[in-house]
Parts: sequence; structure tokens; C-alpha cells
Amino acid sequence: MACFVVPATEAIVTTVIQKVVAKKEKNENKDGSQMKIGFADKLKWLNGMLWGGSGLLAFEHVWHGEVTPFFPFLTAANDPADTAEMLHEMATSGSAMAVLVTVVWAGLVIVSNKITASDNKSDKKAGATA
Amino acid sequence: MTLLITVIAAVISTVVWYSSEKARELKTGVLLYMFWGASLMWLVDAVVEYLESGAEYFQPAGADMLNDAFLGLSVIALALVIWVIVLLVKDPTGALKRTILSRKSR
Repeated sequence: MACFVVPATEAIVTTVIQKVVAKKEKNENKDGSQMKIGFADKLKWLNGMLWGGSGLLAFEHVWHGEVTPFFPFLTAANDPADTAEMLHEMATSGSAMAVLVTVVWAGLVIVSNKITASDNKSDKKAGATA
Repeated sequence: MTLLITVIAAVISTVVWYSSEKARELKTGVLLYMFWGASLMWLVDAVVEYLESGAEYFQPAGADMLNDAFLGLSVIALALVIWVIVLLVKDPTGALKRTILSRKSR
């Protein structure tokens, strides 16, 4: 009914956080010495999945007539019983969607950190042998 | 069916992104975000529906399947259009800029 609203809301929040973190990282790395992927870049992956996924889901809701281009935009908002059902769906399915995407992103971040750590180790080894 | 089509699109775009430097330059990562994000979200929808209806979930009516397939293809078309817009706006290879400038100088 409107489950995509929850990941879309998370996307707004993470986009703001990403912008702030990117600014901070830019100030800390003015000399351009750090070449590894920063946290702001990793947050971009989460933003991409949240915006992309909720965008395509919004299209699906338009397809099924659950979202309209005129006020109140959600057809379920016209009827109190439907509104209650919509809010329940947002709380269950919508939250689960946001959590799943975030968990998958966290997995990607862990894998990327491990790759970076192993690369640092091999750099140090190469430096020691030289 | 929509989930299935989107997952297939996500896997294909991932393979293309992984195997081609040119594809990465052409911002195919945008497709990855859209397809994987939507696949994960529709997976949740599918699990919820499976918990509600059980094995019946895997035996959809023909008309429903056709409509879902139509939706899945439309979703792919929409994602491709968004990707093309991003590609033209960002113009990573400068092809669009070169074309416009060369026309102007004629």
C-alpha cells in the first residue's frame, strides 16, 4: 500500500548524513593522501539501493493504483480502515525492507573493510621486504 | 514474477558491471543500485505473501502472472530510462559535450 515510504524516508536521512560525512572527510583529507574508500562513499551504496529500490516500488504502487498524482496521493488515505491497514503494512513490510537493505549494505561494508585491511597488510609486507 | 524478472536484471547488470571497465565508466552502477534495492524490497513482499498464503504463492493465476511479468518488464524499462538520463547528465566520456560543441563550431 505504501511500504516504500519507509525505505524512502531512511534514504532521505542517510543522504543528509552522507553529505555531512563527505564534507567532513574532504576537510580531513585536503592533501589528498588517503586513497581508500571513505565512509561517505560507502554510504552512497546504501543511498543508491534505498532510492533506487523505493523509486521502483513507488512505480509498482502507481501501477496498482495505490499511489495517485493528486492529494492525498495514497488511495488508502481516503478510508480510515484502509489507512490503519496501510500504517500496519508500513510498520511491518516497510520496516523489514529498510532493515534488510541496511543489513545487506552492512555486509558489503564489512567485506570492503576486510579487502582494505588485507591490502594494507600486503603493502606493509612488501615494504618490509624492500 | 516481478521479483524474478528484477533479480535476473540485477544479476545480469552485476555481471556486466564486474566484467567490463567500459560498463563501469558508463555508470552501470546506477542500474545495480536500482535492481538490487528493488529486489531486496520485493523479496520482503514475497516472504510476507508466502507467510500469509503458503504454497499457493507459487501457483499464481495465469492472468496475475502475465500482469506481473508486464510490470517487471516495465520496471526494467523505467530503470533503463533513468540510467540513460543519468548517463547523459553526467556525460562521463564527454561524448555529449563533444557532439554539442562540434555542431556549434560548424
